[in-house]
Amino acid sequence: MESRNLTCIGCPMGCLMTVEMENGEVVSVTGNTCKRGDDYARKEVTHPTRIVTSSVYVTGGTIPMVSVKTAHDIPKEKIMDIMASIEHVTVAAPVKIGDVIVANAADTGVDIIATKDIAAV
Amino acid sequence: MSSYDIVIIGGGPAGLAAAASAKREGVDSILILERDTQLGGILNQCIHNGFGLHTFKEELTGPEYAQRFIDQVEELKIEYKLNTMVMDITPDKQITAMNRTDGLFHIQAKAIVLAMGCRERSRGALNIPGYRPAGIYSAGTAQRLVNIEGFMPGREVVILGSGDIGLIMARRMTLEGAKVKVVAELMPYSGGLKRNIVQCLDDFGIPLKLSHTVVDIKGKERLEGITLAAVDDKGKPIPGTEEEYTCDTLLLSCGLIPENEISRSIGVDMEPVTSGPIVNESLETSVEGVFACGNVLHVHDLVDFVSEEAAAAGRNAAAYVKAGGTLGEKSKEIPIQAVDGVRYTVPKKLHVNRMAEEQIVRFRVGAVYKNCYISAYLNDERIIHRKRQIMAPGEMEEIKLKKEQLTGFDGLENITVKIEEA
Repeated sequence: MESRNLTCIGCPMGCLMTVEMENGEVVSVTGNTCKRGDDYARKEVTHPTRIVTSSVYVTGGTIPMVSVKTAHDIPKEKIMDIMASIEHVTVAAPVKIGDVIVANAADTGVDIIATKDIAAV
Repeated sequence: MSSYDIVIIGGGPAGLAAAASAKREGVDSILILERDTQLGGILNQCIHNGFGLHTFKEELTGPEYAQRFIDQVEELKIEYKLNTMVMDITPDKQITAMNRTDGLFHIQAKAIVLAMGCRERSRGALNIPGYRPAGIYSAGTAQRLVNIEGFMPGREVVILGSGDIGLIMARRMTLEGAKVKVVAELMPYSGGLKRNIVQCLDDFGIPLKLSHTVVDIKGKERLEGITLAAVDDKGKPIPGTEEEYTCDTLLLSCGLIPENEISRSIGVDMEPVTSGPIVNESLETSVEGVFACGNVLHVHDLVDFVSEEAAAAGRNAAAYVKAGGTLGEKSKEIPIQAVDGVRYTVPKKLHVNRMAEEQIVRFRVGAVYKNCYISAYLNDERIIHRKRQIMAPGEMEEIKLKKEQLTGFDGLENITVKIEEA
């Protein structure tokens, strides 16, 4: 039996939870106050995901950087791969919200898209 | 001198929402004055997600949230001036501003909405000893450098203060290749959201040291390191607990202060607890026809509440202008008293006849409270008694007062909002 300690992010209570696992399966969740804690704990120990946000250089625009995000959440362990995939990316203005900046970033199947309109000068 | 019905000072989330709502109420002559090169205010540099869950039922980044309101302002054809600094406003609503195209100019307004936002507490306000080398930034300055200007402030980072901007910047600097060694917090609890502690610190193995502060800064030209020490329950450093950290960058995330120099020049009455203007039910300051909303009024936790509050301020400013410079008859002024754990309320007073059917009263608590009640009293009669599992200083709380309940109460002298133990 393997156990993991987590802090719930559902609300400011921040319940300290313990998840018991066996062969990658959740056996029990304890320490939570409500159902949301249970749901969060099960997802967090089996397949945690995150939305990654960053910014990349833009040429010929009104400001030097355009903010970007992964269009969906990606596996948590891929965060740094996502960052590497945009490290040397430069785009040309104009840029519109939703424009694909990098397609299928780090082979996650998820695109990196712009989150800001940048007009060309 | 040009004149407008409503002039809005600041083109961030509060100013944009106030402008859009005033225009929808039928006031055409509106001008937004913004000192930055673009509309959107601080949201432009808050590139992380988590904005708009209440307003749009989806999780947006800061720039995306701002764009929704910028689009409204453009569609409604509301005038704005960028790169424009407001220098002074007189009590009779004459505005002095300047920019590079118009030079110094004056505008006469019938109503004004203050929406200047807030700024960060600086190193000078924190009394940290040591030299003044390069490499010490407020967290928000670093955020702007990294996200908008495209510069990295440094490689080895210590963060003082665990407010949300500090936590967000711990992750941001890490993603951009810096080593964030520690986040230190003077208080025994973090001022930031749990979600940010988990996703910005725990995800990257960054330690959070509660009840710790920076007691020395090393380096003359460039920051070389800092000394961290534990503090006692009065916030005083405990001798013998000092630890040395080498770093080239120290970020300060130690609280936000409403930016009210202009409000003071108008002469509006100020609330010392919030450092914002005192307002009534209409979000009107002590100077008639001058309204305030957003972080210049009190520092908010969520931008959704800023937009909601600002829309109300815009509506009220429009009503004031349309009625020829008045909000109508005033019934007796009823003070709202904040006691027993409630640090302040916005509004701080109200005229029952001018209330909306449901008046939102927002406030913050002074400490962490578990399993307590938020209570509201009309004179000595309790009308609200709502249980809260947890309340923390980092989160804004609210109650809703019903107009019919107040109009039906004979001899109302005051309203009291307090925290009561179970």
